[in-house]
Amino acid sequence: MSTAATTGEEVLVVEDLTVSFPTDDGLVQAVRGVSYRLREREILGIVGESGSGKSVTSMAIMGLLPRSARITGSIRFRGQELVGLRESGLNKLRGSKIAMIFQDPMTSLNPVHTVGYQVAEAILAHNDVSKAQARRRAVELLDTVGVPNAGQRVDSYPYELSGGVRQRVVIAIAMANKPDVIIADEPTTALDVTVQAQVLDALRTAQQETGAAMVLITHDLGVVAGQADRVLVMYAGKPVEIGDVEDIYYRPRMPYTLGLLGSVPRLDASRSQRLLPILGSPPSLVNLPAGCPFTPRCPIAQDRCEREEPPLVTVTSHPHRAACHFSQDLAGVRPHDLFTSTSADARTEDHPGRPSAGEPTGEGDLP
Amino acid sequence: MTSIDHDATPGSPDALRPILSVQDLVVHFPVRGRGLLGRTTGTVHAVCDVSFEIYPGETLGLVGESGCGKSTTSRAVLGLRRATSGQVLFEDQDLANLPPDRMRRLRRQMQIVFQDPMASLDPRLTVYEIIAEPLRIHGVHKEDRHQYVAELMRTVGLNSEHGNRYPHEFSGGQRQRIGIARALALEPKLLVLDEPVSALDVSIQAGVVNLLDDLQRRLGLAYLFVAHDLSVVRHVADRVAVMYLGRIVETGECEELFANPAHPYTQALISAIPIPDPRKERERRRIVVSGEMPSPTDPPSGCRFRTRCPMFADRLDDAQQARCRQETPELAERGQGHPVACHFAEAVPVL
Ligand SMILES: Nc1ncnc2c1ncn2[C@@H]1O[C@H](COP(=O)(O)OP(=O)(O)OP(=O)(O)O)[C@@H](O)[C@H]1O
Ligand SMILES: [Mg+2]
Repeated sequence: MSTAATTGEEVLVVEDLTVSFPTDDGLVQAVRGVSYRLREREILGIVGESGSGKSVTSMAIMGLLPRSARITGSIRFRGQELVGLRESGLNKLRGSKIAMIFQDPMTSLNPVHTVGYQVAEAILAHNDVSKAQARRRAVELLDTVGVPNAGQRVDSYPYELSGGVRQRVVIAIAMANKPDVIIADEPTTALDVTVQAQVLDALRTAQQETGAAMVLITHDLGVVAGQADRVLVMYAGKPVEIGDVEDIYYRPRMPYTLGLLGSVPRLDASRSQRLLPILGSPPSLVNLPAGCPFTPRCPIAQDRCEREEPPLVTVTSHPHRAACHFSQDLAGVRPHDLFTSTSADARTEDHPGRPSAGEPTGEGDLP
Repeated sequence: MTSIDHDATPGSPDALRPILSVQDLVVHFPVRGRGLLGRTTGTVHAVCDVSFEIYPGETLGLVGESGCGKSTTSRAVLGLRRATSGQVLFEDQDLANLPPDRMRRLRRQMQIVFQDPMASLDPRLTVYEIIAEPLRIHGVHKEDRHQYVAELMRTVGLNSEHGNRYPHEFSGGQRQRIGIARALALEPKLLVLDEPVSALDVSIQAGVVNLLDDLQRRLGLAYLFVAHDLSVVRHVADRVAVMYLGRIVETGECEELFANPAHPYTQALISAIPIPDPRKERERRRIVVSGEMPSPTDPPSGCRFRTRCPMFADRLDDAQQARCRQETPELAERGQGHPVACHFAEAVPVL
């Protein structure tokens, strides 16, 4: 499945990246040490709860963070260091060598120009062609990404198009720039499922035709399962597990990953099977306590977890790594071995992993 | 917990009579031209001939993509939106013809839970005040209000000592629980849940889904569960109705409908939902719909789905296509085990 992951040349290397924001409440530690390597043609999926630092990581790569952001660590694009690079240097890379696709396509589109004009602009910037040729190529690209009636739509303004078509226009512009890396941050989250399927196809086409590597950020574990070669799971600003897609889905070794997999309703599971929520909510990123940030929600946490934050270490084979003191004990463990099908909201101290008496509980306890 | 238990459990004589019956519901919106006094220039056909029933203690899932009319339907059910024609009967009483005081009492029996918990909770009120508000308005539970609100909070899995906190002090999942507690305050028989978990992270969403499941069993509630996420709906619904461009195109028992979808739109919808299993997901065959949703101001003649239908495009001959253009397919049993609105319905397992 991940042949690209082992053969291609490394295009993007992120090493021990941290990002924090000074705020009135204190320092928000949004990203606390993210490292990954992305090879040519590889698709890396990044998943994790809202606020876990997925977007901030990507914005750091794109140089799109506000000035107040404090960034440490290293981001190298084909060997060139991006952290600390001046605006002019970044601008050359941004949009061309590294393309970004956001959840809201209007972030990238100019409302006062036709979509054809905007695709043609990107083509003219990278190719020595006439305006007429650029326009013809724009229609071709719009057609490639599945814009219906591309020949007519080329003259539309963004507001005349549906969300799904706009997103495909953004993908066509990204293709025109022949990027080495495409970073797509929740590109289909706002779209209906049938449209999502079309846009994912368009992204796939763009990635394959340009030979770009892709970082696909999404909260949808189904989308990642279908698209990614490798998966990075984030929690509270840190990678807690990384590995080939099959390792993450079939052999997870971090309780949070297991929790995520157990909580998704899935079309292929028995309908009567109760969902397994993770109790509690993610920690505040201001004044994070010591230890593993998942401890308060973790069904197997021990005293040690409150004191020591586990590093990301190799589980079995090299590319699969997990950040849990007990990852060795999790071999062969499935979500229902760890989590209960409670409907309670938070864990209670005396019954770890179980709802307290008197609160609504799993089916077994109902009258 | 006895004070908020209901008697309408499935199997009781009440279960034989639908709690809600929607018949031939039509909702049209006028489209106005520019300016304050703009003339009506067209009509949005938001909901067209929609009929369904909900029985005590059961969940009907109403699904479809944005703009298909599912939220308008749920608002018409609650009397928040005027029906252009058709009827909404709550326990056999027509909502449209009720005198205001009867309507007020009936309103207590059906409550709504919205998608965005933050937008639907007044940020200046404490959680206690939010949950107690409907009690105050209807002048009930005067004596034991504090106790009762605390009980409601425990029922939805909240710490009953947190009544004096404000909504912003709670997480998204907890806010949705506050919304549910408030909806339960007047002991309704029907909850209309409009995308109740769409704004939540999956790990939190699972707890709210389980809570709704528990409440239904314990209180015998009926749910109209409106959602675009079919994997959630499959999990909570007993029966499902699939909407496309204002019409129900297929309906049936949940298990049956997901196992044997017979409308090409339902098939496409189910096949488009990603499964969080890399091997299965990569081996799946997708039924792809082309193009985009037509405007509801000018819906296609005959079958509204035909402009995007893969069967229409790939498998029907000219005469068959002409029929799709001219004749609106009725939502009817066509030998597929459940009602479906397609002239050429054919059950195909897509999972
Ligand atoms: N400019 C900023 N100032 C202060 N805090 C910020 C800023 N931008 C982001 N954050 C915080 O950084 C953390 C990580 O946010 P980020 O947007 O990366 O999360 P995410 O994983 O992308 O979440 P989602 O799934 O909701 O998109 C959050 O706590 C967020 O509130
Ligand atoms: Mg984000």
